[in-house]
Amino acid sequence: MDSNCLSVLALPMPHDHPHTVLPADPVLRVKALETLLVKKGLVDPAALQAIIDTYEHKIGPQNGARVVAKMWSDPAFRAAMVDDPMPLLSELGYYGRQGEHMVVVENTPDVHNIVVCTLCSCYPWPLLGIPPGWYKSDAYRSRVVREPRKVLAEFGVTLPESTSVRVWDSTAEVRYLVVPERPEGTDGFSENALAALVTRDSMVGVGLAKEPNT
Amino acid sequence: MSRVHDMGGRFGDGPVRAEDDSVFAQEWHKTALALNLAVGALGQWNIDKSRHARECLVPKDYARFSYYEKWMAGLADLMVAEGVVTADELAGGAIEPSELAERCLKADKVAAALASGGPADRVSEIDQVFAIGDLVQARKPARNQMVEGGHTRLPSYAAGAVGRVVLYHGTHVFPDANAHGLGERPEPLYAVAFSAAALWGTAESAGDEVIMDLWQSYLVPV
Repeated sequence: MDSNCLSVLALPMPHDHPHTVLPADPVLRVKALETLLVKKGLVDPAALQAIIDTYEHKIGPQNGARVVAKMWSDPAFRAAMVDDPMPLLSELGYYGRQGEHMVVVENTPDVHNIVVCTLCSCYPWPLLGIPPGWYKSDAYRSRVVREPRKVLAEFGVTLPESTSVRVWDSTAEVRYLVVPERPEGTDGFSENALAALVTRDSMVGVGLAKEPNT
Repeated sequence: MSRVHDMGGRFGDGPVRAEDDSVFAQEWHKTALALNLAVGALGQWNIDKSRHARECLVPKDYARFSYYEKWMAGLADLMVAEGVVTADELAGGAIEPSELAERCLKADKVAAALASGGPADRVSEIDQVFAIGDLVQARKPARNQMVEGGHTRLPSYAAGAVGRVVLYHGTHVFPDANAHGLGERPEPLYAVAFSAAALWGTAESAGDEVIMDLWQSYLVPV
């Protein structure tokens, strides 16, 4: 099969990319597409609002934080999560789009894990929501695989030389969640109190969990 | 050989702006995301095809477009290619009725659609060849072997490097085929760890590694 980008898309010439007929201003471009699709009966404006509401208010890093806190608190849960997280995540209601095949990777004093998607922006939506701007940026995608320690420094994190860095490039439909190290001085903390220490950045691996009382 | 989106290891992008941490920096970003999901729910393409559509942007556009501009451009191109809308409609022409309207995602079905996801694991007739701990080499060059210039999930920075299998994920849909209407062709998928030094010639620290999920046909035995 001989097929470049454009013929794959069944388009004859580079300048015939259909999107080029849309307004250049992205605000107007989105509006033009929305108007066309709604008029054509292909998109329900109320569904758009429901999708936005889901990712603005219902699905976000609070889900992942709850999972991490439970892993810190409950050794049996932790062992089961490391073995196969999917049954447990489904039970917790954290199965869904962009989180169908989760793997959890635990940080230890010896190994620090970081997640990226160099080819696009794959991210575990059911546990962390939609990725932040920097995660989707060219700088993060291009650099964190080659110089993770420099990138960590840009997030204010310095690791000891003795800690190895493992960068997970999400090239398939498997999504990775980093389990940060549990901070010192948190013995006896409730799961809710622990979850408050688990930041989004710590579950991507560009941050550490917060220290208590900071 | 390389394609514009395949930027792992590239020099020159400058510091990561950690302060750019909002999920939706602009109001229209929300609509852009929602439109992509809602139109995707019409079921006219798969995730590999939609990734490929974004990767087909002219490199100059890919580089200058913001993230959701790429999504909108890819969506527009794909909708025309797949007959969801016509080029004339996109250009502001008269809007024709569509049989797809009966598949329109309604608000009361959104939660279920997002929660049901789209798993990529499939039964495959292809046997697992590599075991955890095996050394493997990523194919060089990193290219789609069925479609010249086609979609692949083998990053070019891995091409030719030797790594070791650290996880077996089972058998998953093969994007190189699925992005081009050639069927799902599921095959074994592995997480393979490469030493940073093997990938870059030098490492920030000796034990550092990069791990990628790679399909069996991306790999050759060592």
